[in-house]
Amino acid sequence: MVEQDCPLTRRRFLGYLVAAPTLAVAVDAAAGLARPRQAEAAVPSLPQPEEILDLGDMQDLAAAPTSGLITVVIGEDGTASFAVPRAEVGQGMTTAIAMMVAEELDLPLGDVAITLADARPELLMNQLTGGSNSMRSMYVPVRTAAAIARQRLVETAAAKWNADPAQLTTKDGVVTGPDGQTASYGELAVAAAADTTISVTAQLKAQSDFSILGTPQSRIDARDIVTGRKQFTMDLQVPGALPTMVARPPTINGTVASVNNEQAVLAMPGVTDVAVLTHGVAIRAQTFGQCIDAIQVIDVTWVPGTLAGQSDDTVEAQLSAALPDLTAPLSLIAASVDAEFFFAFASNSPLEPDNAIADVRADSAEIWSSLKVPIVAQGEIAAALDLPASAVTVHVTEGGGSFGRHLFHDAALEAAEASQKMGKPVKLSWSRTDNFRQGRTHPMCVSRVRASYALGNVLTYEQRHTSVQTDFGHGLGDMVTATAAQLPVAGGLTLSQTIFELTQSSPYDFGLTIQALNEIPLQFNTGSMRNIYSPNVVCAQELVVDQLASKMGQDPVGFRRSFLKDERLLAVLNTAAEAGDWGKAMPPRTAQGIAVHSEYQGAIAVLVEIDCTPATVSRPISNGVTGPRVTKALVVVDAGFAINPLGLEAQMIGGVQDGIALALTSSLHIAGGIPLEGSWDDYFYTREWNTPLDVEVIVMPDTSDSPSGAGELGVAPTMAAVACAYARATGTLPTRFPINYGTLGFTPLPLEPSTPQSPTNGLDSTF
Amino acid sequence: MPTHTFILNGEQVSVNAEDNVRLLWVLRDILGVTGPKYGCALDVCKACTCHINGLAFNPCSVQVSDIKPTDEITTIEGLPATAGADLHPMQQAWLDYDVAQCGYCQPGQVMAAVALVNQVQAEGREISDADLDGLRNICRCGTYSRIREAIRAGAQRM
Repeated sequence: MVEQDCPLTRRRFLGYLVAAPTLAVAVDAAAGLARPRQAEAAVPSLPQPEEILDLGDMQDLAAAPTSGLITVVIGEDGTASFAVPRAEVGQGMTTAIAMMVAEELDLPLGDVAITLADARPELLMNQLTGGSNSMRSMYVPVRTAAAIARQRLVETAAAKWNADPAQLTTKDGVVTGPDGQTASYGELAVAAAADTTISVTAQLKAQSDFSILGTPQSRIDARDIVTGRKQFTMDLQVPGALPTMVARPPTINGTVASVNNEQAVLAMPGVTDVAVLTHGVAIRAQTFGQCIDAIQVIDVTWVPGTLAGQSDDTVEAQLSAALPDLTAPLSLIAASVDAEFFFAFASNSPLEPDNAIADVRADSAEIWSSLKVPIVAQGEIAAALDLPASAVTVHVTEGGGSFGRHLFHDAALEAAEASQKMGKPVKLSWSRTDNFRQGRTHPMCVSRVRASYALGNVLTYEQRHTSVQTDFGHGLGDMVTATAAQLPVAGGLTLSQTIFELTQSSPYDFGLTIQALNEIPLQFNTGSMRNIYSPNVVCAQELVVDQLASKMGQDPVGFRRSFLKDERLLAVLNTAAEAGDWGKAMPPRTAQGIAVHSEYQGAIAVLVEIDCTPATVSRPISNGVTGPRVTKALVVVDAGFAINPLGLEAQMIGGVQDGIALALTSSLHIAGGIPLEGSWDDYFYTREWNTPLDVEVIVMPDTSDSPSGAGELGVAPTMAAVACAYARATGTLPTRFPINYGTLGFTPLPLEPSTPQSPTNGLDSTF
Repeated sequence: MPTHTFILNGEQVSVNAEDNVRLLWVLRDILGVTGPKYGCALDVCKACTCHINGLAFNPCSVQVSDIKPTDEITTIEGLPATAGADLHPMQQAWLDYDVAQCGYCQPGQVMAAVALVNQVQAEGREISDADLDGLRNICRCGTYSRIREAIRAGAQRM
């Protein structure tokens, strides 16, 4: 890991002028960023692995040795172009990257064009979007490239004017000389270009000189979004790529035994092709509606998937059987809080159904999809097509959300398979129902916790987290292989356990602290869902913390003040307690709840108020659920250095809705080997009638010159705060989540046809 | 294959399509108008919300044969023209509050918001929390609080 003992501004960073017609600057990925660690008192806990090296550090380390270069180009029109090797899925990444370029180049934000890089295998592991890592990994390299570009433009102008470069200034895309001469970047772009590739160094701007970074900026694609111009994958017009959908089995990962009426389907209006795929039958047609028509008609004999006999009950029974014993020794003088928490399967489906465009030819293939690990997608698609990876071009498109789902390339692989078998380009979309039933899930898990305390101290905190296995097969495996030898947690741990150790750490001085994961190998289609393990682990921990506080005669905030290890967490806790008027009188069946969390180098506190009064809980709604309502959410976030406070606030607001959904209303229900949920009126993600009317985000003053990760940071503390508030409002300890899990609040759609027909009565409900 | 005629964003269009094809696919797959999005085609998520004769509706659930030649269909692309400006006040409010995150639901959100405000103002009222609670458009990025602020601001200028 890298020690950083001198501020970013005094270091010089390395880059390259690359031979090109106009100025082009390339840099390597930076080495990892370190940050100070402080120990605290009470009964100190040894640093857990996540505090020494967290997942983000591991990602940075894996990226550092790669020789793949990322390049900023200055055009003759004076714009700066940069193809960022990351995915934009709504988290505001392209806006923040554009701000970095604009800042170091002294160029207006509107003159920076950011696109998403195609899959570039030479980047190795520096083309993975996840773990809230993009700001941390891109911050120095992108600024370096822009800083070198600015420096080169200045040197070019200085040579042209026979002036000393130190006497030139840059502002708004113009270089100004000591005698008032000016030249725009566009005018200098060709002269500034290099004939051969040479290495150069530059310094970055001091944080005190920032005029864009650190200021609130609107999304660079905001106007395109509200005018309908922003293009998602299915909006692209690729010649010959026709709508394609897949008829799927009534069990997870079932396969096709036979298609019994292929000719009848091919004769249907608009249908052009039918092809058997690994897990379904693809139908290509002139319109998606005609694909859906065909799915109503097609007669397939299915082979059940390996989970055909599984249901929520059978999975929970297997988890309970696999719960390990607690091992922390219990002192004779200590009392303990013991609790066991259950978390149902959850879906990480975004609003945009999984989709991809594929044009597979005899010797090559071209793919378009929103992909967070496009290199692995390219490799696996090439293997499936029996083509060399170099023959497969993978374009990364902008996504309508991801929440972890786009770490995988299920739809792209399917589209490639369909296109190859049909011999035609396909525009393949999963249906909404497919997305819930066959798509990736956050696995069901159980968290067993015991905390022992005596004489005003917490002596032990043990949390055994047992989960259906999470699929990390999207490419983190290579990173672990490359860096495993350097990790303090090597030897005997699975990849999931390593990720768990690198992401989970208790922020409290609770003496002997053990947090560990074990998994059961059921082959559900699982994956990382926004914030991965933290929402469940932290929810369980914070509920136990409130129990400890109560047993030890303390208020939840006062208790946390005594035991938190980290100054930044104390600061956000105190700010939240004050700004949220912690401890104010609340009417019966309503309560405040508070939780803190630290991850991705950020620190956060969330204070909520919840209304569990009968009138609120029994609010009527058609085709939905109401129940308790979070009426207020206050987020206090320390993101190290907040690159874009407006974007940071947006991520916190989104994380709040996710946390509320996970705590109160949303989960899958598995029966007969498949989730029952099929639409957003079944999977109860937070809706307008359950969203808090009072949402506030306080962005703390910067505590660092390095940005923390933020995209996932709000989920865990919100889920925990809502659970704690619910406990206080109802005088109970909730142990099964979501709170409404025990009641199936909808009538399941039929399992076949796998995609229901669309209604026809839309004109009955105009307004 | 039958021909269907209607007014789309102020211009008369004619398309060849089977009677039962839902209007959403006629717009997206045949006419290449991709502002309205496919989120579910079950009349649940409301991502495809457009206007028919000034009222919000979901084209995923209307067969093209149920659209009359005199029906005026407005998609997000045609919204500014209804206000005679580069942007409808609701779209401008969306920019002022930096509402969008991934943006997938937002064309539908804006269209639904405009219709809701029109309805509420026709009743001589101001937008209330209860009105906003009744919006069924889902936003999986969870930007509801900014949606609500923008709707209130947009309403002031409508």
